[in-house]
Amino acid sequence: MAKILAFIESRDNKLKNSGYETASTAVRLGNELGAEVEALMIGSSVSGIASELGSYGIKKVLLAEEPKFEKYSTTAYSKIVADVCRMQAADVLIISATAMGKDMAPPLSAKLEAGLVSDCTEIRTVGGNIIATRPVYAGKALIDVKVSSAIKIFALRPNVFKPVKVDGITSAIEKVNTGISDEDFIVQVKEVVVSDEKQDVTEANIVVSGGRGLKGPENFHLVEDLAKVLGGAAGASRAIVDAGWRPHSEQVGQTGKTVSPSLYIAIGISGAIQHLAGMSSSKCIVAINKDKDAPIFQIADYGIVGDALEIVPALTEEFKKVLSN
Amino acid sequence: MKIAVCVSQVPDTTTKVKIGSDGKTIDPAGVTYIINPYDEFAVEAALQLKEKQSGETIVISVGKDSNKEAIKKSFAMGIEKGILVKTDAELDSYAVARNLADVLKEINPDIILFGKQSIDYDDSQVGQITAELLGIPSISVVVGMTVESGKITCEREIEGGKEVVESTLPVSVTAQRGLNNPRYPNLKGIMAAKSRPIEERQPTYTENKTEILSMKLPKSKPKGKIVGEDVSAVPELVRLLREEAKVI
Ligand SMILES: Cc1cc2nc3c(=O)[nH]c(=O)nc-3n(C[C@H](O)[C@H](O)[C@H](O)COP(=O)(O)OP(=O)(O)OC[C@H]3O[C@@H](n4cnc5c(N)ncnc54)[C@H](O)[C@@H]3O)c2cc1C
Ligand SMILES: Nc1ncnc2c1ncn2[C@@H]1O[C@H](COP(=O)(O)O)[C@@H](O)[C@H]1O
Repeated sequence: MAKILAFIESRDNKLKNSGYETASTAVRLGNELGAEVEALMIGSSVSGIASELGSYGIKKVLLAEEPKFEKYSTTAYSKIVADVCRMQAADVLIISATAMGKDMAPPLSAKLEAGLVSDCTEIRTVGGNIIATRPVYAGKALIDVKVSSAIKIFALRPNVFKPVKVDGITSAIEKVNTGISDEDFIVQVKEVVVSDEKQDVTEANIVVSGGRGLKGPENFHLVEDLAKVLGGAAGASRAIVDAGWRPHSEQVGQTGKTVSPSLYIAIGISGAIQHLAGMSSSKCIVAINKDKDAPIFQIADYGIVGDALEIVPALTEEFKKVLSN
Repeated sequence: MKIAVCVSQVPDTTTKVKIGSDGKTIDPAGVTYIINPYDEFAVEAALQLKEKQSGETIVISVGKDSNKEAIKKSFAMGIEKGILVKTDAELDSYAVARNLADVLKEINPDIILFGKQSIDYDDSQVGQITAELLGIPSISVVVGMTVESGKITCEREIEGGKEVVESTLPVSVTAQRGLNNPRYPNLKGIMAAKSRPIEERQPTYTENKTEILSMKLPKSKPKGKIVGEDVSAVPELVRLLREEAKVI
C-alpha cells in the first residue's frame, strides 16, 4: 500500500497557508489511493501548531523539533526529510512550491532518486496513479505529468489548492530523532532580512500591480494605497523595476514572480507576454489602462479605459467606503 | 579557481506556443531559440569571479547540436572552454543533472553556476539536483554573492525578504535576476567565439523519471467587460467585483 508523506512548512514557528493546502491535498490523495498519510514538520518550537493539522485531516504528525532547526538550512532540512521518507517507507512526498519547498525538493529528488514535478497546479489520481498538471513556458501551455520512479515528489504551487477543514480528527504527534549534527549545516542561514512588514506578492490573495502608465515613481503610492485598502500586496512590471522605481522582489512576470491571487489589478501595464506569464492564472483580473487596445484587456475580466492617475484614487476611496460598511 | 557554468537553450520569451503533432511538446516551427535568460546571470557571475580571483571558466550544456549557440553566446561573453553533451533525447531535469554531474566530477570545479530556472519547462531543479549528486551544497535563487578565502556568502530571495546564507566551497549557486547585469559581448568576443572549439561528448544517462503524457494550451478566457471610460465607472467596477466576481 502506498504511503504519502506531506512536508508541512513553517517559518518562525508559524504555519503558512501553503501548509494547510499541502495537508489537505495529501489527505485527499490518500483517500483516493487508499493510502496512509503522515505529515512532517521541522522547527524549533512547532509542536503547538502541529496539532492544528488534525483539523485538516492529518492523523499523524512526525515532528523534528530541536533548537537548531529554528532557521532553515537546505542541507539539514533535506537530510531530515529524506531520512524520514525512507524510515516511514513513504512512496509519495508532497511539498509546497514555496521558496523553501523549491529549494529543498531538488536535493530530495537526488537523494531519493525520485522524479520531481515542480509547481503543480492540479493533481489527481487515475487508476491508482498520480497525474499532475503544471504550467510550462511560463503558463503559455500546460502539461500532464506522471512519475515513474519508486518514490515520487510533487511540489504544489501555493495559493492554488484549497485547504479543507475536517471535523473530529486530532493528530497524534510523534517526535523523530534526527541524528542531525553540526556538519549537516554546511549551508547555513546567517540572517533573514525581512523587507519591512509587507506581504509578498506570491502569498497575497489580492495583488495590485503598477506599470509605466503610472508616469513616475512618485505615483506608485497610488498602487500601494489601493493594495493596502484591499489587504493585498503591491507588484510591479519589469519596465518600472528596470527603471529603478521598484525592487526586483516586486516584479511579476516570466523573469519575476508568478502569482495566482483571487484578484489581480493591473494599473498602467500594457500586458506584454512576459508580464502575462506571471499573472494569467489569477482568478479575476482587472485592468486600468488608457489605451483600449492594450493587450492586458485581452485577459482582463473587467477593465476601465482611462487615466490611472484619476481612476485609481477614486477606486481606493470607493473601496474604503464599501468595505467600511 | 575553477568555475563551471551550465547553460540551456530555450525558446525566446516572446514565443507564441503551439502544440506539436505529438501532443506532448511545442511545435518548433518559427521559434527562435536563445540562451536561457537566467543563465546569462550565471555566466556573468562566473566572469566576474574569474576577473577578481583569476582562474579558468568552462561552460557545459546538455542537449541538441543547436545548444552550441548557447555555448557560443557564453564564449562571446568571455567563457574560455565549452563542452556539449550531445543528445536529441528529451531528458527530464534529473537526467540532465546526471549528465552534468558526470562531466563535472571530472572537472572538479570550486564553484558551479546555474540559472535559477530554464524558462521552457520552468522546472527549477537541475542546479540543485546536480549539486546533490556531486555531494556538494547548493544555494538557490541568489541575488548577491561574495566568495572569499574558501567561503561563499549569498543573498537569496524568499517570501517577503532575503536570507543571508553561508557555505564552504566547493558549492553550486543558482542565479536569480538582480545578481548582476550581464555584459554584452563585444565584437572581439563574438569573433573569438566563432573559432573556439566545443568538445562533444556522449550522454552517460538517458533514463527519465518523469513522463509527459500530454501538453495543452490553457483555456482561453471569454472576453472581459469594459466597465467604462472614466472615473464614473468606478462604483460599478467595485459592485461587479463584489457581487458578480465575489472576490472582495
Ligand atoms: C527576456 C525578457 C523577460 C521579461 N520579463 C518580464 C517580467 O518578468 N515581467 C514584466 O512585467 N515584463 C517582463 N519583460 C518586459 C515586457 O516585455 C514589457 O516590456 C514590460 O512588461 C512592460 O511594462 P509596462 O507594461 O509597465 O510598460 P509599457 O509596455 O510601456 O506599458 C505602459 C502602459 O501604460 C499605459 N498608460 C500610459 N499612461 C497611462 C495612464 N495615464 N493611465 C493608464 N494607463 C496608462 C499605456 O497605454 C501602456 O499600455 C520581459 C522582457 C524580456 C525581453
Ligand atoms: N540541458 C541543460 N544543459 C545544461 N544546463 C542546464 C540544462 N538544463 C538546465 N540547465 C541548468 O539548470 C538551470 C535550471 O534549469 P531547470 O531545472 O531546467 O529549470 C538552468 O538555468 C541551467 O543553468
